[in-house]
Amino acid sequence: MEKDFNINRSQPVIEILDLRKSFGSNHVLQGFDLNVFAGENVAVMGKSGSGKSVLIKCIIGLLPIDKGRLVVLGESVPDLDHHKLDVLRADVGFQFQGSALYDSMTVRENLEFPLRRHRDKLSGIPVDDLVLESLENVGLAHAINMMPSELSGGMKKRVALARTLIMRPKIILYDEPTSGLDPVTGKEISMLINEIQQRFNTAAIIITHDLGCAKVTSNRMVILHEGKNYAEGTYEEISHLNDKSVKAFFI
Amino acid sequence: MGLVKQLRYYFQETGNISLFATRFFREFLNPPYEFKELLRQCYMIGNKSLGLVGATGFIMGVVLTLQTRPTMIEFGAESWIPSMVGIAIVREIGPVLTALICSGKIGSGIGAELASMKVTEQIDAMEVSGTNPFKYLVITRVMACTFMLPVLVVYSDLISLLGSALVELIKGDVSFTLYFNNVFTYLSFSDLNPSIIKSFFFGFAIGIVGCYKGFTSDKGTEGVGRTANTAVVISSMLVFVLDFIAVLITDIFYSP
Ligand SMILES: Nc1ncnc2c1ncn2[C@@H]1O[C@H](COP(=O)(O)OP(=O)(O)O)[C@@H](O)[C@H]1O
Ligand SMILES: [Mg+2]
Repeated sequence: MEKDFNINRSQPVIEILDLRKSFGSNHVLQGFDLNVFAGENVAVMGKSGSGKSVLIKCIIGLLPIDKGRLVVLGESVPDLDHHKLDVLRADVGFQFQGSALYDSMTVRENLEFPLRRHRDKLSGIPVDDLVLESLENVGLAHAINMMPSELSGGMKKRVALARTLIMRPKIILYDEPTSGLDPVTGKEISMLINEIQQRFNTAAIIITHDLGCAKVTSNRMVILHEGKNYAEGTYEEISHLNDKSVKAFFI
Repeated sequence: MGLVKQLRYYFQETGNISLFATRFFREFLNPPYEFKELLRQCYMIGNKSLGLVGATGFIMGVVLTLQTRPTMIEFGAESWIPSMVGIAIVREIGPVLTALICSGKIGSGIGAELASMKVTEQIDAMEVSGTNPFKYLVITRVMACTFMLPVLVVYSDLISLLGSALVELIKGDVSFTLYFNNVFTYLSFSDLNPSIIKSFFFGFAIGIVGCYKGFTSDKGTEGVGRTANTAVVISSMLVFVLDFIAVLITDIFYSP
């Protein structure tokens, strides 16, 4: 399966060069490089604790970086003040590993929450329409008045995705979108990620453990190992590499 | 070695809580203000603790009156019971009892809620969707505790006095009118004011400790349950320390 539609190779939306991040003596990222282009899905695979979550948290400015170049949509993230960072974040969706739905709010309120601050980006469209449209995109319009505790794991991931989509982001960062799901539901989520890429022409970084998910969703794969982009290529290329650390993923 | 370690932990926590409180004062005046969430928190705090505070207050009023009656009668001071009980409740028992109940009910609730929001990344999710989680979660909860505690204290005082009056009515044949006349004759603003003022501080302490423990908890540190537990222990201790300081200060201002 070759999926290479609409990728603009001349225009990176995320540029990372020699990114370094340590926690004390724990050197997590040690010179990581990556460019993501408009419309492209890049899967990042790595062992548990290799710094995958740290990487995308740096990209969205949740963690400060130690050193390196980190440019998102033309803005250098480490140099942004709080206000400008907020403006940038309206264009970058973040899908948390555990969905991170607000327990005390209904699905509707969860979706409305990002609009509290970023209403101006989408002014002119009634909130109710945005909420409903977003839920329809993930096939969960009927769950609008439910509480997160009433949803299954797969539904939670979908609602979280709807909460991300409501801002119509240009980039989406997925943190292990299929973890904790059964294989069938995981596959559904992978298909949904592809559907979103096609329909909205978003770029994405998909952090994953799940080889199936990486295969289905990615245009390109990166192996994160020892804090660096250890290997890079399409799924086909990576799967034929003759390297011990890479092969470990394909057993 | 254990003692040194404990002392160090104690001072570290004190320092950290002070820093957290400083951040509160730095940020709470700057917009945006989360009025809706503040009101919701006030409602939740009242709603959660009204029953418990009322029940313990009532029992305290009844028990205190029953316990002091025999001695007071022995000294021929039966008519002093209402004013004595009234002063004890308003000055000391109402505020401290209410604060302890609230640190158990509200402080632990806030600690557990924020800790679980932290480990499930809900706080990060707020941050990336453009809402300052410190303002939305911490400032609203601390302010709600600070405002609501004095209200709960006054409510508890009234219920306690009601319990006490009931005992006097049944055992001593003192009418409600006579009882409350007696209480309010001897009770002055110099009894009420310090008690209300210290209640604000109790509320602030409960809120700030619960929020500190929850907001700064981590996957690596203690679990959600432990967080709630330490929040209660620390804020109950703080209530007694603050009460001690408050009484010392009151003593300077009001002693004859
Ligand atoms: N906020 C933090 N403070 C200290 N250490 C952290 C923090 N976040 C992550 N780490 C450490 O960074 C390393 C990578 O973590 P993470 O990116 O979550 O791994 P994963 O690849 O499984 O997502 C781990 O050793 C973790 O302990
Ligand atoms: Mg992770």
